Amino acid sequence: MKDTPLANCERDFLLTAIEEKKRLDGRQTYDYRNIKITFGTDYGCCFVDLGKTRVMAQVSCELVAPKESRPNEGIMFFNIELSPMASPAFEQGRQSELSVKLNRQLERCLRNSKCIDTESLCVVSGEKVWQIRVDVHMLNHDGNLMDAASIAAITALCHFRRPDVGIQGDEVTVYSPEERDPIPLSIYHMPISVSFSFFQQGTYLLVDPCEREERVMDGLLMIAMNKHREICSIQSSGGIMLLKDQVMRCSKIASVKVSEITELISKALDNDKKARKAGGRCGFAESMPQERITALKMDETPVEMTNVADAANDIVEKAEAPPQTVPSPVVPIPGVGQVGQGLQNTWGLEEEEDEEEEDENDSGAEQEEKVTKMEEEQQEKKESRGGDVVEISDSEEEEVVILHPETDKASKWGPELELGERQCSQTQQRQSMAEGKETQEEMEEATKRRA
Amino acid sequence: MFPALKQRVGDVLLPGDEFSPEADDSISLTEQVKPEKVVCGPGLRRSGARLVVCKSGVLRHKQPNMFWMESQQRRYVPAKGETIIGIVTVKSGDVFKVDCGGSEQASLSYLAFEGATKRNRPNVQVGDLVFAQFIIANKDMEPELVCMDSSGRANGMGVFGGGGLLFSVSLGLVRRLLSPHSEVLSDLQQLFPCELVVGMNGRLWVKSSRVQQTLVIANLLQSCDTMTTQQRRELFRRLSIN
Repeated sequence: MKDTPLANCERDFLLTAIEEKKRLDGRQTYDYRNIKITFGTDYGCCFVDLGKTRVMAQVSCELVAPKESRPNEGIMFFNIELSPMASPAFEQGRQSELSVKLNRQLERCLRNSKCIDTESLCVVSGEKVWQIRVDVHMLNHDGNLMDAASIAAITALCHFRRPDVGIQGDEVTVYSPEERDPIPLSIYHMPISVSFSFFQQGTYLLVDPCEREERVMDGLLMIAMNKHREICSIQSSGGIMLLKDQVMRCSKIASVKVSEITELISKALDNDKKARKAGGRCGFAESMPQERITALKMDETPVEMTNVADAANDIVEKAEAPPQTVPSPVVPIPGVGQVGQGLQNTWGLEEEEDEEEEDENDSGAEQEEKVTKMEEEQQEKKESRGGDVVEISDSEEEEVVILHPETDKASKWGPELELGERQCSQTQQRQSMAEGKETQEEMEEATKRRA
Repeated sequence: MFPALKQRVGDVLLPGDEFSPEADDSISLTEQVKPEKVVCGPGLRRSGARLVVCKSGVLRHKQPNMFWMESQQRRYVPAKGETIIGIVTVKSGDVFKVDCGGSEQASLSYLAFEGATKRNRPNVQVGDLVFAQFIIANKDMEPELVCMDSSGRANGMGVFGGGGLLFSVSLGLVRRLLSPHSEVLSDLQQLFPCELVVGMNGRLWVKSSRVQQTLVIANLLQSCDTMTTQQRRELFRRLSIN
């Protein structure tokens, strides 16, 4: 069956969206989709979910005669199957151009980088070696098959155990898993492929393209790298001209992504090992409902909540102007100290410093006195209302110092508040304390300004 | 059979479930009784004397005697009279081939547009979207689309203008969207002003003032597929706060 064609409007929309640094699923330019790694019941079976793309890799082994040119090396064989299950556009049984390309790239990524010790796969030199076969099946196609396939293949290889072999004279015995524990392959490093798609002749770059992005892209660059930042293979397709800077930038991004993915793989392998050791049921079927296997993120509905900036602006515009803040919110009135509310003791301190100020600033002294008067008035009001701190917002009087009811708030916060709120209140108190210290400086500044 | 069916309305049924005739289904020869007829919609099939469920889903009933299975499938099967969003894939001579999401491409005559004549051809390019209606949709036959109603008017059908985003959702969601007083739609309208075209083949086309908004709407609708009403309300509420 033919693939669903891409409508012109989709193409235009995608390109304009990419120009605006937006992606269909709300990702950022350099974001990967969620990666999920699960294992089958058998050794060497691995499922990888990359967003909606889903790939299965199965490793198997067989004793064969080695190649004549390399008599003491094992053989690696890679096979990628694009079944119609993945996409109706894939046909059964025919090697399409895409599958040849993917197969070749996977071989270059895993075999040519010599990530697996093939010499350890030799049983009898020139006669019997292990052939390791990696079958990668695409289960669902939503773009970036190569990355998913490379992750699945290397994880399956890491997970795989081959039967132990004993040699006595001319006799070779292959032990079953019951007789002797199977042996893992010796893997030197884990090459992981990272795909970059380019749009508008290389103007825009996206990591991990989804299926629709792959359809409108101009070119693709696949970099296979291990966590030691060694490039194992690099391939550019689509016929676009890339600048040196672009390739360098891609390799830098790739190194970050590769280290993240490698960590994820080792975590998944660890989890699986623990589960197998514990003797519980393990494998794909069991891990699905429990979501035991690691994933990069929580599986949430991919709705991008962006209008936040606009909404925030709206709120700011619509909101009433905040009460005018004069830079001395908790001025303890000269001569009046605050005790027992977690603030610093200001008995005595104020007067001395006030005097100093007055000495320094003769012109500001008068106004300072006015302020004190006002504050005394306020203090009277306070007393009349039973200790409540009153906020006076006379904007005509510039000299008026507004008392914010912060001390009052502090007393209201009780133990019934949530922990988070209390922490917040503590921080606010701390801030107010800090402000209390700064008050003097601020007052000095204010007086200077007035002068 | 009728009471048995009515009893199961609203239940989840699976392919292979069946309803067998009961004793009181037999009509006596002596009395003058009108036999009860049952009309079967999609997902129910008659097999001999039995009625077999052939799609998994919820059994629905409409007065007086219509029964069908409501299911969440994605594969579209053309049905006569349904309006769909198609993508023009081939322009050959006097017909366009249109991808309608079904197993086969539908044909659309260039004369089947409002005001189109042999001289005055509609301007349709390959890759364009059309909103069209099936007039022929039989089994094993190529379906045929038209872009006008029986009186020759466009009636909302035709080629789409530029812009907008096409995406697909399940057929169940499409039916929910198209049902009168759709909650999803009214919730969405309160959130964003947008232009929305709903095709019965599971394709939706959205256009709004900004790319960002279009993307949000598309993601919202796609996520509505798998959400319960409460989850959806919660999501919409969160969005409206933002």
